[in-house]
Parts: sequence; structure tokens; C-alpha cells
Amino acid sequence: MNLFELTAHEAHEKLVKKEVSSVELTKALFDRIDKVEKDVRAYVTLDRENALAQAKKVDDLLAAGKAVPALAGVPGAIKDNISTLGLRTTCSSKILENFIPIYDAHVIANLRKDETIFLGKTNLDEFAMGSTTETSYFGASHNPWKLDCVPGGSSGGSAAAIAAGEAVWTLGSDTGGSIRQPASFCGCVGLKPTYGRVSRYGCVAFASSLDQIGPITRDVTDAALVLNTICGKDVHDATSLDVEVPDFTKALVADVKGMKIGLPKEYFSEGVDPKVKDCVMAAAKKFEEMGATIVDISLPHTEYAVTTYYIIAPAEASANLARFDGVRYGHRNMEAASAPEMTAISRTEGFGAEVRRRIMLGTYVLSSGYYDAYYNKAMQVRTLIRRDFEDAFKKVDVILTPTCPVTTFSYSDKMDPLSIYMLDVSTIPVNMAGLPGISVPCGFVDGKPVGLQLIGKVLDENSILRAAFTYEQATDFHKQFAPLGGNK
Amino acid sequence: MAKYITVIGLEVHAELKTKSKAFCSCSTEFGATPNTHVCPVCLGMPGALPVLNKQVVEFAIRAGLALNCEIQKFNKFDRKNYFYPDLAKNYQISQWEEPICLKGHIDINVNGEEKRIGITRIHMEEDAGKLVHSGATISTSDSSAVDYNRAGVPLIEIVSEPDMRSAEEARAYMENLKAILEYTDVCDCKMQEGSLRCDANISIMPEGAKEFGTRAEIKNLNSFKALVRAIEYEVERQKEVIEDGGHVVQETRTWDDAKGVTLSMRSKEEAHDYRYFPEPDLVPVEIDDAWINRVKSELPELPVQRQARLMEQFGLPSYDAGLLVSSKAMAEYFDKAVKTAKDAKAVSNWLLGDVSAWLNNENKEIGDFVVIPEHLAELTNLVKDGVLSSKLAKKVFAEMLKGNKAPKDLVKELGLEQVSDTGAIEKFVDEALAENPQSVADYKAGKDKAIGFLVGQIMKKSKGKANPGMVQQLLKQKLQ
Repeated sequence: MNLFELTAHEAHEKLVKKEVSSVELTKALFDRIDKVEKDVRAYVTLDRENALAQAKKVDDLLAAGKAVPALAGVPGAIKDNISTLGLRTTCSSKILENFIPIYDAHVIANLRKDETIFLGKTNLDEFAMGSTTETSYFGASHNPWKLDCVPGGSSGGSAAAIAAGEAVWTLGSDTGGSIRQPASFCGCVGLKPTYGRVSRYGCVAFASSLDQIGPITRDVTDAALVLNTICGKDVHDATSLDVEVPDFTKALVADVKGMKIGLPKEYFSEGVDPKVKDCVMAAAKKFEEMGATIVDISLPHTEYAVTTYYIIAPAEASANLARFDGVRYGHRNMEAASAPEMTAISRTEGFGAEVRRRIMLGTYVLSSGYYDAYYNKAMQVRTLIRRDFEDAFKKVDVILTPTCPVTTFSYSDKMDPLSIYMLDVSTIPVNMAGLPGISVPCGFVDGKPVGLQLIGKVLDENSILRAAFTYEQATDFHKQFAPLGGNK
Repeated sequence: MAKYITVIGLEVHAELKTKSKAFCSCSTEFGATPNTHVCPVCLGMPGALPVLNKQVVEFAIRAGLALNCEIQKFNKFDRKNYFYPDLAKNYQISQWEEPICLKGHIDINVNGEEKRIGITRIHMEEDAGKLVHSGATISTSDSSAVDYNRAGVPLIEIVSEPDMRSAEEARAYMENLKAILEYTDVCDCKMQEGSLRCDANISIMPEGAKEFGTRAEIKNLNSFKALVRAIEYEVERQKEVIEDGGHVVQETRTWDDAKGVTLSMRSKEEAHDYRYFPEPDLVPVEIDDAWINRVKSELPELPVQRQARLMEQFGLPSYDAGLLVSSKAMAEYFDKAVKTAKDAKAVSNWLLGDVSAWLNNENKEIGDFVVIPEHLAELTNLVKDGVLSSKLAKKVFAEMLKGNKAPKDLVKELGLEQVSDTGAIEKFVDEALAENPQSVADYKAGKDKAIGFLVGQIMKKSKGKANPGMVQQLLKQKLQ
């Protein structure tokens, strides 16, 4: 087995047993990156020197007989919208092309405490606005399963890096599906925790009431391990929840007997690729065989989720992205004749078309005279969507849906923005309700991975981890490796 | 010319005296080296998040209760969006639809007339940084630097009802408001340093009109004097516009203190659309009765209460007591001095007279006054005990201003003790009588005035130190 194919828990075991050193493992990852990165383009920035220095440090700790945390010495990669002290953080935007943060995000500080290794920063749609990585200023990433197809987005770089063996684990961020959808496109596990489970401090805000950081990994165990490290109350994030932090690996029990799994009819409508639907329905059958009860449910306001999302998210984004003005950091136009002009031109030059579109949308819906018709109405619909879930969870323990109605598609399938927005139809409602959701591989259509989504109650990551783990134990989709770099 | 009624409402921004900023732990200290009290949060770094400093809410409740407001139990914050280089995030965290305080008031007294000025609302928000231009203004400068030390310092904005009808009323409102904010210790109220700032909404309407005229908002009022001058100027300007057959336009104007005029900044059409929406990075703050009651129970003595106490305890006239309490520091000075003073009214007279005159002249605050309260008390006691005449007391006071010396020591140093020794005074009296036979004759002929001249001569001989009462007494005895 190649070192770059290891899961985090396998790598940890080998490190502790001294079967491999962290330096060897890290070098193996960089070798793999050197081999395939030109085709995958998962990364925006690599940090070889610090990664190897950290690997050496962990090896020294291990040599000294020290017990180390699960992710110590295990190389991962960070979505490039998460602030890393001293390491360039671009959000895949020209406006932050040369931006070096002066502080670590809370999740990064936690990961550093656990002595993990950061290989580099992964590509995303500019400011996480997109579902394909095509809006990245540095160019799109490629799906390791089909290089002429998109890896999904916005955390496409993080998902592609896992699928290509360019990182053992990665972090993504999820505002409307940005962890789960690329995980499904690239055949990985992607977990969006409950809103507030993980601190957003240091995650460059897109839509503050929806954003959540989470792991993209090779299997469910790794997702639980990464979540263990990054979650918990943070005094720097007022919206992070002050709740007990469980050991999520304790939820990894291969048993779903008696579990009630809801199938919401709205998520299996005509917009869903029938072959994707078949994969998810086969998974439902599998759950049933393993002792779970499948319950047909309805989430009646689902059809309004995407529309309301595209009011709330751009509204928040229009304010969140106002700070990029060329005054304190980031791209600045030097020819401007006045301060207002400097800000206007710097922003026009620094932001790509999709980001500008969403800023304009958000500015519009918040404008005087339109606020009630758009933003206020959208917030009311959001409450209805949340209630749909609350009602459903009176009947079921978890909800099963396709992660995305389709599988990955080619770059040449140029779609209009509205069609792209509709890709997030199954994932957006989860963010709107602040619930945890996980995508796990559940099959292939024409060699392209398919993912299923499990949605849990607020703070009930345990149930979706348990269901996902049980399913994973009974299947081998997650063990497939992308045919890349002479791998297959 | 028709008669007009002036209508004024004030919007006052007060910087709260919390140790740390509203949404991060940076210091709020004034005057530090630029950009040293900053962090990712108040610099608006990508990914940084605000966390509310609870002390801000505490101070806002305190101010609200002192201003007779209703405290709102549910509090949330909103984003006020506008681009300006001193605003790190290019939005200000503020409160829009649900301010922390509603429906308060301040009572003012102008020329003996009591009036109640309504307070519409008080809300919490954060301050912006400070621009330092290479030229006079942002648009005429080659470059501007930004100091973010002030960015994120907590403010309360206190919005009055349009209840004031003259510059004097506006001034009285501001003075009372300042005193209350000082007493409650929520703001240090230094208008020059910008910790207390005032905008005035001014309109005029013909006498008998039912609706207010169109208002102009005047910014940049950095002193009481500027407030009064700006209102007086603006009222005249609006009168002229109307008398010339024109209409006052709704606009924002700035006060140019050097030129003594208000200048147009932007019209209503150019006004910002702030696109307020709820701040998603902060959670709502619930204020329960226990919190409100605790703050209420901890409220210090407020100016009106203090005034009543000074009148009752020391028998001061209402006017004097009112003047003393209008500055917290002055009132505290008084309270300290009267502890050892035998004559409270004398202390009050000194403070409102010579002391205030000197402070005004030197452009100083009572807090910077060189004479300690105990010394001022001692000075009044020396007069009360007949050791010093009031004339010599002024001489001693002048010396006290030069350094922190006790009046008793100065009296000795300067040899100013009043002579109350009968023998010594009798000698001066006898000399004077001998030297001025004409005056003696005049007095005996019924010209009472003559005695004044004789007293003057005796005082002159004693270099002013003779006890005037004893001089009078002895003189009258000798002339009988």
C-alpha cells in the first residue's frame, strides 16, 4: 500500500508503532504532490519547509516515547479561506493574492496544539462562492476521478487533494454544501458540523449565519478524529456553542438496528439524476437490511431553500466582503485619484465576476425599500425550513438524501449561474437550519463517484457518524482510489 | 420679518469608559502611539469576529437609568454599512430597530424656567478609527494615514426629542447630560478629545405653524460654545433663506469653528443607504430585571439629588448649588472642602467666584486645580476666625495659586496675621485722631462719613492687618 493512500487513523497507528516516520510520510505526500499536482491543481500554496520541520518535531516526540494525539505528524491541508499565521491565505482571490495573516484561526490553533502537519493551502471558488472551483483566481482544480471534470466546490481543492492522495485529511468550509458536495464529487467523506459546533474565528466570512468549518477525509473515522480536534467553544466566536464536547469516535459503532431513517420525497424529485437516485435508494435498502427503519417523510418548504439562500447569503456577504478595500491589506490600485476611488477600483480589480455578482445581489436585497420584500421574507422562510426539520425529527433519527442531484460534470458543460446554484438544492437546507450533515461515498455512475447525505438533529453528529460508519463498514466505495498518476 | 420658532434635537455620542473595546480586548486608552491598541478584530482582518464586552451593556444600562429611560430587555446588534477608510470593516456594529434604552428625559432650567427635554432612544455602537490627512481634508490631501486605536471603542448615541427651542436650551441640555454622564462614570466627557460629541438637528417654523420646518443636521460641534454659535448661525441662515423666498433643504452641514459658519456636506439625495441588517456574528443579549435592579441600586448620587442635598445640608441657594453640581469634579471638591470648613457658603462663594474665574482664565478644569480642598477650607476658616480680612484672604489666595502651600503658613510667611491686640490698635487709633483733627471735628458735627476716612487711615497705618471690627469699636469709643 502506498503511504499516500493511508487514512489518518492508519497513519497514526504506523507512526506510533514506528513502522513509518512522520518525515517519511510527509515526504511521501510531497512526492505524490509533485507527481499529480500538475494535473489536479488542488493547492494554492505549499509549505514544504514548515511541514517537514514539524514532521521532524513529531518524530522527536515519538522517539522520546511521548504519547501523541491522533493527528500528530499526520499531514493535512487547509482550505485557503482559513487564516494561517504567517502562511499566505488568498481565498483564491486576486484581492488577497499576497495576503499573509497575522493570526491563526481557532481550528488552526487547535490543530497546531495537536502537533499536526500542514502541507499547504487548498484551492476554492473565490471566497467560497461557487460549486466547481472554477471561480478561483488561480484557476480551477480537477477531479482526480475524471481530470476533465470539476471536483465540486467550493472546497474543491480539499476534496481533490484527498481523492488524489495529496493529503491525508483536509479542512473545508460549508456555507450551502461546500464540504459535502465536493466530497460527493470526489468520492470522499465530508462533514459539516452543527452551526456553532466549530469556531468560525479565522474562517474568512462568506455568510456568517451559515458558514461552518469541517473535515474532508477518506473515511468516517478520520472525519470524527478531525472534528474532535477542531470543535468546542471558542471565546473569540460568540456564535460557537458552549456545549460538552464528546469524543466523536465513540459514536463509531457499526450498528443501526432500530434507527429510523427518513427519506424526504422532495429530495428525490425529477431534478435528480435517476442513476444517482438509484445509488441512494440502494443505500437506503442496505440500511434497512442492517436493521434500520426507512420512513417516508416530507420537508414541504424545500423548494424555497435555494431562493432564500441566495438572498441571505449574498446579503451577509455584501457586508462581510466590504473590508476588502485596499486600505489595510490586499490588492490596492495605486493610480486612483482619491480614497473612495482607490477602494472602488481596488475592489473592481480584485474581485472576480461571481463575487461581484453576489455583492451586488446582497447590496440590492438590503437596500432601503427592498429589505422587507427580500431579506425579511427570506428570514421568515428560513424559520419555516428549520421547522420542517424539527417536525421531521420528531419521527426519525436521521434523514437520508442524495448529497447532490448529479455527479461531476465537465468544464465544457458551461452552465448559467442559476443552474449552478441549483446543484446545492439538497445541501443548502441543512445550512439554513444549522444542522449537521455528512456526505459519504455510495457508488459510481460512469466512473464518477456518488455521495449520500445523512442529516442529523442539532448537535447530534453522533447519529449521522454512526449511520455513516455502519454503512461504510458494509460497503467498500470509500476504499476505491482515483485512477491517477499510474495508481491504477 | 415674521416671527420664527426654532426647533432643535441633539444626537450625542459618548465614548464609554470601559477598559477594553466593545468587541475585542484591546485597550481604550486615549492618546497612545497610533495603531498600538489594535488586534485582528478591530483591524477588520479577514476571518476575525466580534465578541461583545458585557461592560458596554452595563454602562449603557447605567446611563439609561440615570437618564430616566426604559431599558429594553431584548437587545441585538445590527450592521450599518458604509465605506470609509477609518471604518475597518466598512460596516459599523450598531443597534438599529431595537436600541437598549427608550423614552427618557432630562430636566433643564433656563432663566429660572423648568423644562423637560425628551430622550427618544439610546443605543450602543462602536467608534471608528481616526484619519490623519496630509492636507486639510480627505479630498484635498495627497495622502491620509489611519489610526485604528479608536476603532471599536464603545459608544452610546443619545438621541433627544426635538424639544429644544433655543441655543440656551440646547446648551443647558448638553450641560446636564454631560454632568449625568460624568456622575455615572460612564464617560469622561472630554469634548476636545472627542469622547463626547454632538450633532444638532435644527429647523425653524413660523410662529403658529403646525408642522416643523425642514431640518439641517449640523456636525462637528466640539464645545458648548460651538454648539451655541452654530445654532445661532444656522437659525439666522435658515431665516434668510426663507425670507428670500427660498426653501431650507434637508442636508448635512458641518460647523466651521474658525469661520463661524455652517457649510453643506451632503444633501438628502446624497445621504447613505446604510442597509442595516442584524449582525449575524453576535448573539442577542437578554437583560433581566435582576441586572437592571442591581445597576439601579448601584447608581451614584445624580446632579439633581446632589443639588437638593447641598441646599438642605449646607443651606446653599438653589442657584449656587445648581452651579456647583453641574460639574462632578467641582461638586466633589466642594464636598471635600466643607468637611473641614466652618462656613460652607464661603467655600461655595470662593469656588463659584475667584476659583472659577481663575480656572476660566487659565483654561483649566477643577481637576487640575493646584489648591487642595483642605487648603481652600483653611482659607475660609482664617477669614471666619478673624485672622484674615477678606481683602488679605485674596492676597493669600493669589499666593496659594503659585504652589501647594497651606494658607496658615503663607499668612506667617507674608506677615499678614490680623492685629487683634487692643493695645496695638489703640496706638494706631490715637495717632490717626491726632493727625486728623478736621475729620474728628466733622464727625462731631454730625458728618458720619468722616469715620470712614479715619478707619482708612488706621488700616493704612496697620498695613491692612488691623481687625476692622475692633478698629470701628475703638474709634467710636474714643470719639464719644
